[in-house]
Amino acid sequence: MPTIVVEVMPKAELLDPQGKAVAGALGRLGQTQSALANVTGVRVGKRFEISIDGEADAATLAAVRELADTVLSNSVIEDVVGIHVQDAPSGAVA
Amino acid sequence: MRIGVVTFPGSLDDRDAARAIRLAGADAVALWHGDHDLHGVDALVLPGGFSYGDYLRAGAIASLSPIMTEVIDAANQGMPVLGICNGFQMLTEAHLLDGGLIRNDQGRFICRDQGLRIENTTSDWTSGFAADAEIVIPLKNGEGSFMASAETLKVLEGEGRIVARYIGGNPNGSLNDIAGVTNARGNVVGLMPHPEHAVEAGFGPDTDDAMASGIDGLVFFTSVIAQALIAR
Repeated sequence: MPTIVVEVMPKAELLDPQGKAVAGALGRLGQTQSALANVTGVRVGKRFEISIDGEADAATLAAVRELADTVLSNSVIEDVVGIHVQDAPSGAVA
Repeated sequence: MRIGVVTFPGSLDDRDAARAIRLAGADAVALWHGDHDLHGVDALVLPGGFSYGDYLRAGAIASLSPIMTEVIDAANQGMPVLGICNGFQMLTEAHLLDGGLIRNDQGRFICRDQGLRIENTTSDWTSGFAADAEIVIPLKNGEGSFMASAETLKVLEGEGRIVARYIGGNPNGSLNDIAGVTNARGNVVGLMPHPEHAVEAGFGPDTDDAMASGIDGLVFFTSVIAQALIAR
């Protein structure tokens, strides 16, 4: 089943408290796991997987683009950073 | 005067808002998110809570509720609408108010009595305050940090549309200490703090006079009632 993936991130210029909290935890892990010592930041966003019947044609993609800009994201605080099509929802058994 | 309070799945403060309306001297009318009917009310309150568990974004799914079609129409025709906390988030998501709300900058839910300065005393919900009145009402939210683009912020400041500003320290990282804003017409107001929890002596914030005696929140509701009387 074709799946349209929409990725949304908090705007780069805004503070992302969720990412900051995760980065803080990684920083603590970095004190004991040297491979993590060079982590400088984390930002947390959202990934939507929209399954559709039939083909992901131009009209469907345009409709999803519109949905991404108006519903799945809020342009005051977020940016849509990617839209792409994959064959099935992530993790689905083929 | 009849003031509607819309209950959404996950609303918490609808009963308190209705009680505040009655204490202020108007009739409270319970409205349901799934209806397309405002039951002929004269004003509206979108109450606080965690509609749809804050899924997607706080207030985002509720802003797409059936009743929001009527709420948006009524607001655009000048009906007074007050959004408190989650209601404020819904009003920004519905594009009735500028800006947006994100997680508090220190990453914590905040619940405390909060000082505010009322900087706009011409909106339908703040006309009963003296200019620059300083009040205390409860603040309780996890996503109360007000954000807007530099251009939007300039317009809001330039047009005097900042209704309330935090005083005594910015609790959540809101730009320009903004706690509440109004639209250009002054009928739609959004507030992160909760006036409906400071309307009855014995149950409000502490004051210098007595414990729990703060009723500063009542003025938001008496303001809209007075405005309606003037309009008649």
